[in-house]
Amino acid sequence: MKSLVIIEHKNGVLHRMSREAISGAQKIGGDITALVIGENAESVSSELSNFQIEKTFIVNHELVPSYNVDGYKEIIKQVVDSISPNIIITGHTYQARDFMPRVSAALDIPFIPDIVELENNFYIKQVLNSKLNASISSSSERALISFQSASYSEEDIIKGSSRSESFDVDLDSSSIKSKSDDPFQESASEVDLESAELIVSVGRGIEKEENKSIAFELAEVLGAEVSASRPVVDAGWLPSSRQVGSSGSTVSPKLYLSLGVSGAIQHVVGMKGSKNILAINKDSEAPIFEIADYAVVGDLLEIVPKLITALQDS
Amino acid sequence: MKIAVLVKQVVGSESSLEISSDNKWIQESNATFVMNPPDSYAIEEAMNIKEKIGEGEVVIVSMGDDRVQKVIREALSKGADRGIHIQTDGTAYIDPLNTAKNIVSALGDENFDLILSGLQSDDTGMGQTGVLVGELLNMSTATLAIETDIDLEKIRVKRELESGWFQWVTLESPASISIQSGINQPRYPSLKGIMGAKKKEIKVIPLSLYETKQQVEKLSIPQKSKETEIIDTDIDSSVKRIVEILKSEVKVF
Repeated sequence: MKSLVIIEHKNGVLHRMSREAISGAQKIGGDITALVIGENAESVSSELSNFQIEKTFIVNHELVPSYNVDGYKEIIKQVVDSISPNIIITGHTYQARDFMPRVSAALDIPFIPDIVELENNFYIKQVLNSKLNASISSSSERALISFQSASYSEEDIIKGSSRSESFDVDLDSSSIKSKSDDPFQESASEVDLESAELIVSVGRGIEKEENKSIAFELAEVLGAEVSASRPVVDAGWLPSSRQVGSSGSTVSPKLYLSLGVSGAIQHVVGMKGSKNILAINKDSEAPIFEIADYAVVGDLLEIVPKLITALQDS
Repeated sequence: MKIAVLVKQVVGSESSLEISSDNKWIQESNATFVMNPPDSYAIEEAMNIKEKIGEGEVVIVSMGDDRVQKVIREALSKGADRGIHIQTDGTAYIDPLNTAKNIVSALGDENFDLILSGLQSDDTGMGQTGVLVGELLNMSTATLAIETDIDLEKIRVKRELESGWFQWVTLESPASISIQSGINQPRYPSLKGIMGAKKKEIKVIPLSLYETKQQVEKLSIPQKSKETEIIDTDIDSSVKRIVEILKSEVKVF
């Protein structure tokens, strides 16, 4: 078994889900090659040299100093042609969703995305709003796969030492069909959810914008940060810096106390690593209860004010 | 500007989900079907671009058995100009590369300037068809567009990155772009639109099967990995129990 792990980084800082992808590749076993692309590739490869993998390829080409879908496709294609991996692995990040299908179509090999685990040669993926699991097989000699966030743990990475070498690619400027401006943030971040110990999270179930005050009151009593699910952010009730989920932050606090969060998969991937999940929802069938340690069925608008008083009294 | 929108019909989120007897999919006869919710944003964006430019054509492309004509008609009633239906018998699983190759041959030599798609489908969630088609047609591609700035001179999209970051990307024409949900407010069809849609053309093309590269072998109900304590009593007892949990089990104080 030979695998190629495509590494994601921002200005030389390794993406958490790339560590998880290495961890997953180690679980699968065999020879692992990591691929780092871009002008900051060197600094990423030094972190990778501490992992038990075979080697890291560094591609630093003037046409692809930072992420570019056309450049990534061409480079990955050339690396795959050179080392013939059985599987090409990434984390299921927004960036992977951008370039992996391009590689799939260019090489005519399947892209099986958002895998939660491997089981007897089947790739397990959640389907139908994550209510069911599908076991997917590949009949191709090669496959592209991406792992859902937290499917493998970065803490399980086997340490070791590995070498890196530069890999020469042949790129033509005519193959670059898109140009990216610099990434930017819409509003300055007012919170750091990823390092918060306790989080009170608000979902659509709070019904009205003014009800968010009870979430902030509860958070104050607990000394917690307030986060939100996407519908709450889309409604403009809370800024996007407070969003948890696939398009927001990924958190793993000691306590994730959710108020009226239904538990759509896009939210769950951002918080399922929390140590304790206490969910309050009036719908006893809410998917969030599937992953909760404590499932409180009831109206949060009645429970939370009483909970605040009880916590203040105690 | 000629715009194709890739639209899928999917099992509705409220539908019953009973695994079929061969375990490979769900019992479709008991299911209800809707337009894939992310696709309605792609249709709306296509309509907005056509209206802004003041000329052009919006063509809806869908694949599946005859029931998918319902979602094509729904899009036509919102103002799209015509439809293309790639007809299957609805029995076999069709993998993303097969889907993309069929769409490519259905679009044929029509030379679309733009292909729009929803970011992913709510059933299998493969999230790749629009990009696969773009690559096969040698187009530029971008995903998760949360804003577009498109006219006859330029194609620019604001891509959503993670953790509240964004990025503007300028694309060469022609381009295939996947649209992030929430980019716009999808319109409702007007009565006039519904009446007019009945007269619009839907071209039916038979499916061609290419080599299948990935296959759904079985569906299963996810195993719960942890034990959940269910607290479903009167409010005062629930509050008492929550306080106890926070203090002595989670130890937040």
